[in-house]
Amino acid sequence: MMNIWTISRKELKSYFASPIAYLLLAMYAVIFGFFFWNAVGYFVNISMQSTMMGRSFPMDVNEMIIRPLLMNTSVVGLFLIPLISMRLFAEEKRQGTIELLMTSPVRDMEVILGKWLAALILYACLLGISLLNMGFLFAYGKPDWRPMLVGYLGLILQAGGLLAVGTFISTTTRNQIIAGAVTFGACLLLWVFDWVAGYETATWATVMGYMSVVRHYEPFSKGVIDTKDAVYFLSLIFLGIFLTSRSLESLRWRA
Amino acid sequence: MISVQNLTKRYDRNVAVNEISFEVAKGQIVGFLGPNGAGKTTTMRILTCFMPPTSGRASVAGFDVLDQPLEVKRRIGYLPETPPLYPEMEVHEYLAFVARLKGIPHADVSRRVAEVSERCAVTDVSRKLISKLSKGYRQRVGLAQAILHNPDVLILDEPTAGLDPKQIHETRQLIRSLAGEHTIILSTHILPEVEQTCDHVIIISKGKIVAQDTVENLTSRLRGQEAVLVEVTGAGADDIRGALSGVPGVARVVHRDSRNGLHSFEVESAPGQNVRALLARRVVESGWSLHELRPVAMSLEEVFLELTASEKAAEADGKGGRQ
Ligand SMILES: Nc1ncnc2c1ncn2[C@@H]1O[C@H](COP(=O)(O)OP(=O)(O)O)[C@@H](O)[C@H]1O
Ligand SMILES: [Mg+2]
Repeated sequence: MMNIWTISRKELKSYFASPIAYLLLAMYAVIFGFFFWNAVGYFVNISMQSTMMGRSFPMDVNEMIIRPLLMNTSVVGLFLIPLISMRLFAEEKRQGTIELLMTSPVRDMEVILGKWLAALILYACLLGISLLNMGFLFAYGKPDWRPMLVGYLGLILQAGGLLAVGTFISTTTRNQIIAGAVTFGACLLLWVFDWVAGYETATWATVMGYMSVVRHYEPFSKGVIDTKDAVYFLSLIFLGIFLTSRSLESLRWRA
Repeated sequence: MISVQNLTKRYDRNVAVNEISFEVAKGQIVGFLGPNGAGKTTTMRILTCFMPPTSGRASVAGFDVLDQPLEVKRRIGYLPETPPLYPEMEVHEYLAFVARLKGIPHADVSRRVAEVSERCAVTDVSRKLISKLSKGYRQRVGLAQAILHNPDVLILDEPTAGLDPKQIHETRQLIRSLAGEHTIILSTHILPEVEQTCDHVIIISKGKIVAQDTVENLTSRLRGQEAVLVEVTGAGADDIRGALSGVPGVARVVHRDSRNGLHSFEVESAPGQNVRALLARRVVESGWSLHELRPVAMSLEEVFLELTASEKAAEADGKGGRQ
């Protein structure tokens, strides 16, 4: 346990010692800020219209602002996650510091989990920015916080899965740009698989649809935890971590 | 302290280390001497549990590298060929990270970091970013990293490669000063480095060990400039051997074999002596027949020549770099 945290701390320090963490935070603040004010503006517009037309049913903030925002956040995550995971192992290989990690009295699994955890914590910091925005909704309205909590849980699970896959991809090269690009491709595929299932009903299309990250995130955004979605994300996490440990093992043999 | 038996490492078809065996006793400083591509780094990577051997066994302090890697790693400090440094960290941060990684208790980390910084003379840069350090300082931070957890065994891969003469001198002194507390294996392709730093030497070439001895024995053998093969008939092997040993300038006579009364010997001469004429006269004067008298290349000498050739190349590189 101590060893995992030792690795995580070092990883987080490296993120915040280089521009990458601040760049991500700034990019995220701008993008999410844009989505947020867009959604709020739209909501206000619709509310005004309905008031003017004499219909004054209460507008649902959860349904009209929070849910679309969570869906957007899920998609934005697909683009930012490769930037977080790409350096994890590729940079250690390039610098030769992998030799320090692999000859120190720590298990490979502790190194992997430490790095993965650090990446997840950085992603959680990004989500923190979106939470700041969401805070305004609570200041001016009365949204239900429970579905939102489930939505954020889903975002963390989604990031956990994709970061685990990204960590694995990062062990396969010493060039972090390549690792980032391949991870980006993988994230993109896991997103667009959903589109196929929209018009095709054959088995292969169903399977592709099942592999789609967005499809499994959608229920979370409504505040619904379905076991099959949770299982999907947890399997993605286990698969990524497992592949990473196998990859490190084979790295030792070939070195 | 270190025991290696029939160790082999193959990369695909290429055999990097071929059935090598050696032992290192506690407290020794052993020089692992060999030209580039000899298999030094590979052997060290196996000893440090970075990679498993293809076959054979290696153990450190009684723990097998395959069966108990964590125990082995706790007892080894390793400085790879390029020091494993994180450029974005400050020196003290880096050393504290490695200290925790090596399992030093929380309460002792900063004391231990201060101690090794002092020891390796990096205290004055401890608040500097590693990316801003000179090569000499990087090497010393690498050494500090290796001795942090006070390991029984230190494994140093070419610790002076790429340094300037002053830095080389300082690094060698530092390594010598570590000798009392640790068993040390250091690799190098420079013969004088072994002479100045080590007590024992293992010469490795093309994945095979070609010699292992104390530094004194080996250097005196290397300095014996010439070896001559002498084949004689007419007397018993011992008599001939006694007579040849008595020739002035002869350092050593080794009986190779005897077939049908033909005895062959390898005669090594002392430095700067040409003993061939004297040997011939002694054989003829004793009334025996001389069948063959020719210089032989000592296998050690061959290796030595190869080593000195690469050393000269390295020196030329160094000079080019400093201009
Ligand atoms: N990762 C690797 N893959 C394939 N061959 C390698 C690898 N590492 C080293 N070798 C080969 O193994 C041999 C020994 O290399 P090495 O142990 O690095 O020698 P040294 O450290 O003595 O210079 C060389 O022929 C080298 O080309
Ligand atoms: Mg080497």
